[in-house]
Amino acid sequence: MPDLRTEEMTINMGPQHPSTHGVLRMKLRTDGEVVNSIEPVLGYLHRCFEKHAENLEYPQIIPYVERCDYLASMNDDLGYALAVEKLLGIEIPERVEYLRVIFAELNRIASHLVAFGTFGLDVGVQTPFIYAFREREMILDLFEMTCGARLLYNYIWIGGLSHDIPEGFVEKCYDFLDYFEPRIKEYNDLLTTNKIFVERTADVGVIPQDVAISYGLTGPQLRASGVDWDLRRDEPYSIYDRFDWKVITGTDSFGSLGDTWDRYYVKILEMEESAKIVRQALDQLPVEGDVQEAVPRKIRPPEGALYFRSENPRGELGFYIVSEGHPKPMRVKMRSPALCNLSVIDEITSGWMIADVVAVLGSLDIVLGEIDR
Amino acid sequence: MQQLIQFLQGIGIGNQVLAAGLAILSYSLMVFTFIAVFALIAIYLERKVSGHIQDRLGPMRHGWHGLLQTVADTIKLLGKEDIIPANADRRLFIMAPVILFAATFLVFVALPFGPGAIAADLNIGLFFIIAVTSLVVVGIIMAGYASNNKWSLYGGMRSAAQIVSYEIPVGLSLLIGVMMAGTLNISSLVNAQSTGLFGQGGILGWNFIQNPFAFIAFFVYLVAGTAEANRTPFDLPESESELVAGAFTEYSGMRWAFFFLAEYANMWIVGVLASVVFLGGWHSPIPGDTLIPGSLWLALKALAIVFVQMWARWTFPRLRVDQLMVTSWKYLTPIAFVNIFGVGLWLVLFG
Repeated sequence: MPDLRTEEMTINMGPQHPSTHGVLRMKLRTDGEVVNSIEPVLGYLHRCFEKHAENLEYPQIIPYVERCDYLASMNDDLGYALAVEKLLGIEIPERVEYLRVIFAELNRIASHLVAFGTFGLDVGVQTPFIYAFREREMILDLFEMTCGARLLYNYIWIGGLSHDIPEGFVEKCYDFLDYFEPRIKEYNDLLTTNKIFVERTADVGVIPQDVAISYGLTGPQLRASGVDWDLRRDEPYSIYDRFDWKVITGTDSFGSLGDTWDRYYVKILEMEESAKIVRQALDQLPVEGDVQEAVPRKIRPPEGALYFRSENPRGELGFYIVSEGHPKPMRVKMRSPALCNLSVIDEITSGWMIADVVAVLGSLDIVLGEIDR
Repeated sequence: MQQLIQFLQGIGIGNQVLAAGLAILSYSLMVFTFIAVFALIAIYLERKVSGHIQDRLGPMRHGWHGLLQTVADTIKLLGKEDIIPANADRRLFIMAPVILFAATFLVFVALPFGPGAIAADLNIGLFFIIAVTSLVVVGIIMAGYASNNKWSLYGGMRSAAQIVSYEIPVGLSLLIGVMMAGTLNISSLVNAQSTGLFGQGGILGWNFIQNPFAFIAFFVYLVAGTAEANRTPFDLPESESELVAGAFTEYSGMRWAFFFLAEYANMWIVGVLASVVFLGGWHSPIPGDTLIPGSLWLALKALAIVFVQMWARWTFPRLRVDQLMVTSWKYLTPIAFVNIFGVGLWLVLFG
């Protein structure tokens, strides 16, 4: 039928949509079920983080930092605190370092659990979500026990921590790890190797290595493409060089390297590695020490600028801080990993179907709070 | 139905037309009540099944172990504002849930509830059921189109493709039972399963165990039937993570509840058809068992199938739309054809 008139349909996905992981809006140009191009529209959750930061003193910025990536507040706090500490040039007590690593890695597990669960929702299965939240709940209980908060902790301070761990925390944490590590097999049995799941994710949205690097992808999304790069190992900060763990990279066990399945599975394996780090940190945790010993009374970094990057569950979290010697920074720029990770979506999902866009978006593991800041 | 008419004439309604009319009305009311009550039970069951699969309790607060949860939900749905989008095609929008529900309702004309408990024991009962089930697609497309929403339109399009494709494996696998019994009449289909392997009754008489092809056909029907009832992993018309709520996005309150009722009624239909054609209908699995009435056996078997559908829903991810087509056209339909050939050969050689 040469006379049949067909035209593209522009369809609006979000800002209110069940699978855009927040208030992301995407303009899809579709030809039937096939998506020809995707244009993410950002800014629905813009909260002027960087402008606020210019008008606040250094410690006051911490609550704003953690509201950016609300699924991994500890990791954001850690990145910011380390950056300011480097600017100040202060030494941190051993015990604080260990506790920071324990909390950051626990939060990484919690964040990956959310990614795993919501990815299940994206491909249409509810049960893994509930399983993931069951475990995440236990981590949040540990956090609550320590600092009273379950989502936004304000726990990692510049130079120390807000509270020492309460009595019984270490045992409870061991209990959790003993409980959690066998659960990963359960996830794999339920979802990872499910035939329909593999069909839905293997070979979908493949990111080749060069594309991943040129788009500035970081974190599990980069490692899934086979790039062996993890800041915790390659640019060790805090005390990450003391632990025995390995950097997970994608394999082509299902589909090809760097596909949606790989991005999903890297996160599952990373939870295992994080659990290992937490276990070692608990073993080596110094018994004595005041967690607020090194907290400076007055935070007034010398004039200068610094870029510090750390490994957030979503990738490379960078802080560029310019100080003019005042209690308030002149400028705080945040390099948010999810923003860079999202930028690749048009490149890899054009030509796939609507259902694949949802799956790929889920595997990129975005947090809108961090993208819009 | 005949008995009902005779009963009505017996109590003094002489006019034949009036008696027939009253009989039809009362039967429809009964079926409607049945669907509503079944939906109540099935929704409660689904919540409990999903709850226990997902390591939680499910509803616990309304009544004993949350038994009244669905009632509370129904009251909530009744109280909701009935929204019709400004740019919707009003007439079609209102008609769509009615047509969908009517199509489901019509199936109950030929669907048995037990031995003899069937509204019209048509000589082409099974054919009628298959034919009428396809009307569901009209309702969904209508809902998708009339909503004037692109997501709904996608849902409607998907549904059309899906139901048309899956009708073929459904029909072909039900045909196996027809070939083995030599009839399209529901009662005769079930009665033919009273004896089978080694001349024994009970479970050995049921169709699915008679030959390997019928066994495969049973599973083909189960998969394709789930797809026809739009249940996960084949719930593409409403796939909430992609299409918000698909064809039903713009519906609220009781109009939406009609879609919901139809979905659960469809699950029951799949369960009963699978029992009637493959699982011996109202025959007990134990030979010579007369303790438990046949209708209870039928209900138990149907509920078992419904449970399997729920189990699948809470375990499997959803297929993509092209994979859905592939499953039907590349796997289920050819298997169903081979089954027909195989059963034919089997009947000629051993029958």
